[in-house]
Amino acid sequence: MSDGAARDAAAQAAVARAARDGYGRLLAYVAARTRDIAAAEDALADAFATALRRWPETGVPDSPEAWLLTVARRAAGKGARARGTAQAAQATLDILMEEAMETAAPEFPDDRLKLMFACAHPAIDRSVRSALILQTVLGLDAARIARAFVVQPAAMGQRLSRAKAKIRAAGIPFRVPEAEEREGRLDDVLMAVYAAYGLGWEVPGGLPAGRAREDLAQEALFLARLVTALMPGEPEPLGLLALILYCEARRSARRAEDGGFVPLAEQDRALWDGAMVAEAERVLEAAARLGRPGRFQTEAAIQSVQVQAPRGQAGDPAVLSALYDYLVTRWPSLGAEVARAVVHAAARGPERGLQLLDAMPADRVAGYQPWWAARLELCLQAGDSAGAKAARAHAIALTDDPAVQAWLKAR
Amino acid sequence: MQYMIVFREPMSEFEKREDPSQMGDYWGAWGAYIGAMREAGIIVKGDGLLPPATATIVRQREGARLIEDGPFPDVKEQLGGYFVIEVPDLDAAIDWAGRSPAALVGSVEVRPVMPADMLL
Repeated sequence: MSDGAARDAAAQAAVARAARDGYGRLLAYVAARTRDIAAAEDALADAFATALRRWPETGVPDSPEAWLLTVARRAAGKGARARGTAQAAQATLDILMEEAMETAAPEFPDDRLKLMFACAHPAIDRSVRSALILQTVLGLDAARIARAFVVQPAAMGQRLSRAKAKIRAAGIPFRVPEAEEREGRLDDVLMAVYAAYGLGWEVPGGLPAGRAREDLAQEALFLARLVTALMPGEPEPLGLLALILYCEARRSARRAEDGGFVPLAEQDRALWDGAMVAEAERVLEAAARLGRPGRFQTEAAIQSVQVQAPRGQAGDPAVLSALYDYLVTRWPSLGAEVARAVVHAAARGPERGLQLLDAMPADRVAGYQPWWAARLELCLQAGDSAGAKAARAHAIALTDDPAVQAWLKAR
Repeated sequence: MQYMIVFREPMSEFEKREDPSQMGDYWGAWGAYIGAMREAGIIVKGDGLLPPATATIVRQREGARLIEDGPFPDVKEQLGGYFVIEVPDLDAAIDWAGRSPAALVGSVEVRPVMPADMLL
């Protein structure tokens, strides 16, 4: 390799490293002070492009992030002048640069948590919060996010732009909420991270539906770890991390070799990732020691009971019933209510489970596939063949996953 | 930033304004709320509005002026008043909106005021 080619390769590697480690931090740092995510993104994109051009000639600077911030600041200034607005943003960036340069070793405060709270603000449309966090904190492009959300890239790009414009125009703050409002707002952030993970998990039992979604599971896991690292005193981020680890540990056991769907109780435990399960248990224990139960800790505890059950069996139905009762009372959701009916059926017979299912509002469950799948299962157990027939037809019609359809037909 | 907080109240609230048995509580709650805002020094301007029955709707179409009596019908909550406040961010505006008596029985819309440089 020539000297020039080696320098190019080293520079490209340095840019890639700075992008991976630093993109979210740089963006959060700038956006938290200007509240203008789109302008910060443009400026950072300029800075990274300049680095790719310049670093092969000049070598990689001692502090790549400080260098990138300097260039981003100039780019932001140019952008602001071109738009003829945002003088205030330019002034802020000037102050930032002075601050950053005054410190001997330019160490940026990590504002990614503030950025996540802004992206998951209740004034932002719930359906775009996950995508916004994936784009801003991890730098994922709209096309890849769109693939995972199964929408057109242009539509996703538009939704993301609208959300960023709302953050700027409505003056949504970049801050970690105070203690009294933190619980609900933190829940919004965690829900957004969980929803990113959940994109591969819409089907009961969980089915990775393609490469893009598997990638996103890793990104969601990274985000969950990031939130726990940034909020060490909060139990719920630990609960979410444990929950994702329990689910992720079973990824390769969820499909048979022929691609068929394998329910939890029948999974080959040798295929579970033992290290990941062990980490999940440790993380959940750490959460429990903080002594403040919450939604994600409860969901993780349910997973813990499930993975500890002997092969071929579901977890202890009495314990699971109690956990689901707690979950549904405090944090009601369709998914939790269906699962609760199933574990109550295991504890006290299918009639009790059907009773709980039928008590749910008909208009909300009519199009909810897990409700029909659960009803099929319980009707079969109760020997109600007419009920089972109707439930099977609905459950099959409401999923587009051929493996799940095949599994349902075989029941 | 400046935000307009717009109060929408059900008709039952407007009736309380003049009902001797309820007007004390009604005006007392608004008085306390406005007093707290004044003390915080955030009020740019603001007014209560007379009841919806006093409203007139005007439209100009193809050269003709169409004038109608009353507010938009079939709306459960009617415009009762507004304030423009100066606060640091949306969360602060939401806090003030949430403390208003209207938030308990009706709803409050929080809107950023258009910045002056957008008018150029």
